[in-house]
Amino acid sequence: MAFTGEQLERYSRHIILKEVGAKGQRKLLNSKVIIIGAGGLGSPAAMYLAAAGVGTIGIADADEVDLSNLQRQIIHTTANVGKAKVISTKETMEAINPDVKVITYRTFVSSQNILDLIKDYDFVIDGTDNFPAKFLINDACVMAEKPFSHAGIIRFQGQLMTYVPGRGPCYRCVFKNPPPADAVPTCRQAGVVGAMGGVIGSLQAMEAIKYLLRKGELLTGYLLTYNALTMEFRKIKLPEKVKDCPICGDNPTIHELTDYEMNSCGGAF
Amino acid sequence: MASANDIKIDDYVDITDVVCPVTFVKAKVAIEELETGQILSVHMNGGEPLQNVPRSMKEEGHRVLKLTANDDGTYDLIVEKGEEE
Repeated sequence: MAFTGEQLERYSRHIILKEVGAKGQRKLLNSKVIIIGAGGLGSPAAMYLAAAGVGTIGIADADEVDLSNLQRQIIHTTANVGKAKVISTKETMEAINPDVKVITYRTFVSSQNILDLIKDYDFVIDGTDNFPAKFLINDACVMAEKPFSHAGIIRFQGQLMTYVPGRGPCYRCVFKNPPPADAVPTCRQAGVVGAMGGVIGSLQAMEAIKYLLRKGELLTGYLLTYNALTMEFRKIKLPEKVKDCPICGDNPTIHELTDYEMNSCGGAF
Repeated sequence: MASANDIKIDDYVDITDVVCPVTFVKAKVAIEELETGQILSVHMNGGEPLQNVPRSMKEEGHRVLKLTANDDGTYDLIVEKGEEE
């Protein structure tokens, strides 16, 4: 595939990089990433991946744009309040970069649809805001052997880790089970600074790009935490893969996906 | 010393129709298509490209064999592709 003059210019800052080059840019253009949740994390991730020329981007979300989303979900605009988030997301991504094919899934992920949603993609970005979805994404990615980026944000704090099949622990190795519904405050109750989605969602896009390029070190086996108030990043080394992890361990006990009970704050962060 | 006539050119790219940084981008894309040891001839303008493109090629591990000034103010840079990473 030869680059057009326009593509050479659009991706010039990538192609100049030794770690990317023409080959790397071609890899990105031939790659497929799915983003689950078009919210605070999914917005910057979707925008950067579209801008980077990731050729096919799937976006899954069941919600419509709400006025209260706009403080952090920067892919949506005031004019799009009431519109399906996946449509609003697709419009912005295509406006940034018409090279990108955006595939929309207007649905909540569930045990019934997730394996089908992720099966054609090279990398999965968890941009959801609730534990049931996070465990579901983890379990499905382990089962389907898909790499994914986990992230979560609340108040002035964020965290992320990357799972790659066969390398390091999965989300469940570290966090075991979802907390009881309503044991943990949600974004709606606790609040979150909008820019936190920008920081952490952009890091998720960066992990996806490095994975697709096969360059650099990923956050596999590490949890990166960010405290904006104290302005501290911590890269915490995680234990090796847990041998008796019910999903990725030596003798997995989870053979079917489960839909855990949702707490009151549905939708994306 | 080898003259341009002694060097077998495998591919040719004209970067006089673009400006920095696309000059180097275009040259880089062209050389990535070649195998190690093959030769690329880059036709370029003086000024910024002349300053940057040969240096960037060296930084990427390629070997600059020859630079010829043409009468019309353009230059021809002959580069041998280095080892792939």
